[in-house]
Amino acid sequence: MGAEVLVTVNNVSMTYHSPEGEIHALQDITLQVTEGEFVSIVGPSGCGKTTLLNIIAGLLTPTGGEVYIGDKKVTGPTSLVGYMPQSDQLFEWRTIWKNVLLGLEVQKKLRPETVAFAAQMLENYGLAGFKNAYPSQLSGGMRQRAALIRTLAINPSILLLDEAFSALDYQTRLLVADDIKQIITRENKTTILVTHDIAEAISMADRVVVLSKRPGRIKAVHDIRLTCAVRTPLRCREAPEFREYFNLIWKELDVHA
Amino acid sequence: MPDTEKRPASAAYLAYLEQRRCSRRRVMAARILLLAGIILLWEAAAVLHWIDPFITSQPTRILRTIVTLYREGGLFLHAGVTIAETVAGFLLGTLAGTLVAVILWWSDFLAEVLEPYLVVLNSLPKIALGPVLIVWLGQGMQSIVAMALFVSLIVTIISVYAGFSQVDENKIKLLISFGATKLQILRLVILPASIPTIVSALKINVGLAWVGVIVGEFLVSRAGLGYLIVYGGQVFRLDLVMASVIILSAAAALMYQAVVLLEKYVLQWR
Repeated sequence: MGAEVLVTVNNVSMTYHSPEGEIHALQDITLQVTEGEFVSIVGPSGCGKTTLLNIIAGLLTPTGGEVYIGDKKVTGPTSLVGYMPQSDQLFEWRTIWKNVLLGLEVQKKLRPETVAFAAQMLENYGLAGFKNAYPSQLSGGMRQRAALIRTLAINPSILLLDEAFSALDYQTRLLVADDIKQIITRENKTTILVTHDIAEAISMADRVVVLSKRPGRIKAVHDIRLTCAVRTPLRCREAPEFREYFNLIWKELDVHA
Repeated sequence: MPDTEKRPASAAYLAYLEQRRCSRRRVMAARILLLAGIILLWEAAAVLHWIDPFITSQPTRILRTIVTLYREGGLFLHAGVTIAETVAGFLLGTLAGTLVAVILWWSDFLAEVLEPYLVVLNSLPKIALGPVLIVWLGQGMQSIVAMALFVSLIVTIISVYAGFSQVDENKIKLLISFGATKLQILRLVILPASIPTIVSALKINVGLAWVGVIVGEFLVSRAGLGYLIVYGGQVFRLDLVMASVIILSAAAALMYQAVVLLEKYVLQWR
């Protein structure tokens, strides 16, 4: 690849304090994400993967270490980062168009060119006809797409997806993952996806980072190389190597019910 | 998606629809009969001297009283005064309650400090403060409106603040990730997401404001339905008391329906 490093996570540790005591959520996480790369982070529940994502997004300040995006140190939310929380979080009282413009409105960037960019994106991804619809009138897949466009509208350099598809039912989820991945590839965005779904992580990513149980440490990193003619998440699941990666990561996660 | 295929409805389905219509008609008929029965029985009992209409009044006398009130111009004066006081009371109560809830949401410290006071004030029967309000604000409409406001204020603060706290954390997180300020979070997510809560508080406050207004009118007033009720009771004109109560129920029912309409309008996006 030889592309430039976009995100640098340097020795990040995180400790939460609560009346019950200290919780060591993350320990010495060091990670680099290069431009255009799609990285999935998997780990058992409670391993701090969402915490890591929130730290990269600038929503949390780590107790140790630092994060850089490009050469800028992350000290709070920046418009370089597009963060997608769990489930689509569209605002039910706003139309799709108003939802898509939310980020621009907050950042006071509602200018003709940014609005046109958002409108073009709705057009490109087949939602132009739903501009004036309310979220409740859209299917789960279309809502997810609208949520992605809302994030892309602020033109971030990196997308952070926090269990973005976990609220969807299984079949919708496979289709939405496919759909979202295609849009991300087309827009050429660097992406970090946090998920507990191993198959989802492998099928979408160029690289999978496996976190250990709490305190979360990096247990393994796998470059994903799948032989499939059409590289979409759904088709990648049929690649012969898919099973191997799956079994490997499954063992590394070491989850016992 | 429901099955909306255009197909001729089966005989069984038509029978089901017919049965539904039939049972609805029966309920409606029973409701009307119940009301008519009570009125007739009341009237008959009075005419046949089973009861003393001087004490219990009777439907024809009530009707006559309402007509007289209307002719003398008192009907709309008294009803109007009471309705105006009630509307002012529940609007101010909802507004002030929401405002205090915003302040509590803004400052966690203040919310924690004030929590026990709110609990105590909430369990206090606000009507007990009636005499105090009169001393402070004087005899007149302002005391009555204050009474109605106070009756609904605390419960509005508590329920709207609870509504604010229940707004999905992820929605707030999304806004913060865009770099939103606290004021933007309030304006873009907390308030609009809580509109259903605020409207339902408004609905409860309509009922509470009636209580506040009538009690207020019992204590101080020269006009209003509460005044008519107290006055009628004191001079033993039960016709006037009953007529006022009936006008009051009609006004209360209409106002509630108005708020339901408002709710439908505000929550179109549902």
